[in-house]
Amino acid sequence: MLGYCLKRLGTAFLVALFVSVLSFVLLRMTGDVAIALAGEGAQEADIALIRKLNGLDRPLVVQYLDWLGRAITGDFGNSLYFKSPVMGLIVDKIGTTIILSLASLAFALIVGIPLGVLSAVHQGSWVDRLSLGIAVVGQAMPNFFFALVLVMLFSVQLRWLPVSGSGTWAHFVLPTLALGYYITPPFMRIVRAGMVDALEMDFVRTARAKGLSKAKVVLKHALANALVPVVALAGVQLGLLLGGSVIIESIFALDGLGYLAYQSITHKDFPVTQAILLMLSIAYVLLTLAADLINAWIDPRIRIQ
Amino acid sequence: MPITTQRLMKACLAAGAATLVLGSAAFAGKKDDTIRFAYEQVPESVDPYFNNVRIGVIMGQLGWDTLIHRDPVTNEYRGQLAKSWKWVDDKTLDFDLREGIKFHNGEEFDADDVVYTFNFVGKPENKVVTQTNVNWIESAEKLGKFQVRVKLKRPFPAAIEYLAGPVIIHPNEYYAKVGPKGMNEKPVGTGPYKIVEHVIGKSIKLAANPDYPAALGKNIPKIKNLEIRFLPDRQTQTAEVMAENLDFIMGVAVDQALGMKAVPHLQVVEGETMRIVFLNFNLQDGSPTPALKDIRVRKAIAHAIPKAAMVKQLVGDKARMINVICFPTQFGCDDTGAPRYAYDPTKARELMKEAGFGGDKKLELDIYAYRERDQTEAMIGALRSIGVTANLKFMQYAAMREQIRTNKVPISHQTWGSFSVNDVSASTPNYFKFHADDMARDPEVRDLLEKGDSSVDPAVRKEAYKKALTMIQEKALAVPLYSLTTHYVANGALKFATYPDEIPRFWEMSWK
Repeated sequence: MLGYCLKRLGTAFLVALFVSVLSFVLLRMTGDVAIALAGEGAQEADIALIRKLNGLDRPLVVQYLDWLGRAITGDFGNSLYFKSPVMGLIVDKIGTTIILSLASLAFALIVGIPLGVLSAVHQGSWVDRLSLGIAVVGQAMPNFFFALVLVMLFSVQLRWLPVSGSGTWAHFVLPTLALGYYITPPFMRIVRAGMVDALEMDFVRTARAKGLSKAKVVLKHALANALVPVVALAGVQLGLLLGGSVIIESIFALDGLGYLAYQSITHKDFPVTQAILLMLSIAYVLLTLAADLINAWIDPRIRIQ
Repeated sequence: MPITTQRLMKACLAAGAATLVLGSAAFAGKKDDTIRFAYEQVPESVDPYFNNVRIGVIMGQLGWDTLIHRDPVTNEYRGQLAKSWKWVDDKTLDFDLREGIKFHNGEEFDADDVVYTFNFVGKPENKVVTQTNVNWIESAEKLGKFQVRVKLKRPFPAAIEYLAGPVIIHPNEYYAKVGPKGMNEKPVGTGPYKIVEHVIGKSIKLAANPDYPAALGKNIPKIKNLEIRFLPDRQTQTAEVMAENLDFIMGVAVDQALGMKAVPHLQVVEGETMRIVFLNFNLQDGSPTPALKDIRVRKAIAHAIPKAAMVKQLVGDKARMINVICFPTQFGCDDTGAPRYAYDPTKARELMKEAGFGGDKKLELDIYAYRERDQTEAMIGALRSIGVTANLKFMQYAAMREQIRTNKVPISHQTWGSFSVNDVSASTPNYFKFHADDMARDPEVRDLLEKGDSSVDPAVRKEAYKKALTMIQEKALAVPLYSLTTHYVANGALKFATYPDEIPRFWEMSWK
């Protein structure tokens, strides 16, 4: 198990390194950072000055290695746009993103698992068809559009919830619904599939033969088996949520990491973009590792394999 | 019509606006005498010298003052923090300063503040972001407690316009102590609003400065409080204003603004901006489309663009057609005598034929653009009718600029806002004085512009600029199109006026 963990951590390191190189190259390919920083109409001399003052006149490889050397020690440098330490910016914002991601995951699990169970238990019924409908709409509808529908209904029409901001718990309700709904269908479908399989297995038949109640058979015996892949999926989805809240955070003006990433890309603030991408890629690999380990702990068969 | 992100969002908001038609009017801002304003871009700093976004210019006018004030209606210059000024020679300006002015922290305004500010921002190592605003300043020296001499690096008559715009005055003692970082966190100026709270990246709260002297050209704000929130998403801003959580937004898309006219508690106002639109031709050696070196081709393109129809259908009622490359109110922007190329597709086709195009021989080229895509697409359609196949290359501004500077762009669809500076030196020379974005590189035009830029005699300047602008048109080096408009959506109870420099004068606003 230790070897397995070390191998996965090594993979995490390589992924992070690859992401940092890729993001560095891609950001530079989208245009001259100094021109973007100088703004509209800046003359060549102004741009050259900005290039020099920010060390952008050095060869790209030198710039990258310089950044990497400092990043390894935890120093991500200063934001080119906000002129403050990148680490400070990230620490300020990450809490909002973690809250939003965990709340969205919780929403998806709370809605997705029961609907998946009900669909499996009542296969072909209206409940099953309704769940399928919810899943299709959730996957097909862009989350920014759903977000605006929620805003128009709950904020503009009913005035129940705030449109934007991050001051109170109420500010997180609509973003959680918008983001959570988007990731609910995979949970619903995976639980349904797992339950359908489990309900036809011998141990479930045995449990029924022993005279256990339907609820006990479904929730205790079948669901326990169907939940194993949910753990892995939750790890992956949480990683996606951490990195994928850019649009939702921008729409709801939530002052989180996604919004910071959006701003840094817009302003070609590559120290911030790279630091965020690096942290998110590490978080993603670690979360999938954690999900694998929890899976192995839940299911002895995985441990043996 | 393909369904795009923008269209889906707009459809959603339009539906919301329609359902709000029967809504109530609460006027949240009027109740607590607070204007709530949202802006999309977060400035990197509130210190006006350390950002290059429009909200920075707006903040500069709200929280600070300048030596000179330009009346936004008459365009006349008057003293603001300076009582008077005079040109000693073409590189020296002397100022007599006002007495009895105080900064928001109680510090007295005097010559030391001006000297410190100018000497600080004039040094490149202090990293002022928009160098164009300050790179003409050599130094400043104190002549007396309320007298200052400013030395310029070169003859720069437009200095007066910059001194009435972006060059605000900081309090020397406070600025020396806290620097730009501290000024961003706790800004201090002399302006009509005091900045009472700045939550970096989120919001700014301002309160009326009750001691603001009327002599400075602005006034004590009629509305006590102003709150600025940074909301990056335009649709979110729209939803907030519809939900009556905001009182004022600007830069609203035309179709969205028109949809919001139906909401009873809102008012939609269109205003002209100083941003001009034009097509710029690449006539340099190695241009990707050498055919543009033929003046007949350039004139044909100019005749093919239906400017009036585009203004009416795509831009807005407040836009005006321009005949030379500058904004009409700018000093030196005179279009009398400059050739005009009226919309005339027949003539355009004839010119193309004379140039050797027509029949199977079509001209194919790329048009680069970075905003107002619908307008570029309309022009591409118009060009097709005279046998020019134009491919749209749409990208971000920085990327387009890089392409221009590496000589890869045959035609660029340019827009230029002049940083709200009301002088031709802030517009035309950027594209015709051999700067990096000059794709025409005409030495005669350059020399005329240089003459206009470097003389302190207004008559000489006007004459030089007029000749340069006329020559640009005679040689068809560019196609001047129109000015752009912007839409403001505001609480129906708010009384306000719009100005082409796109600076909302919150201190002038009042409740109806």
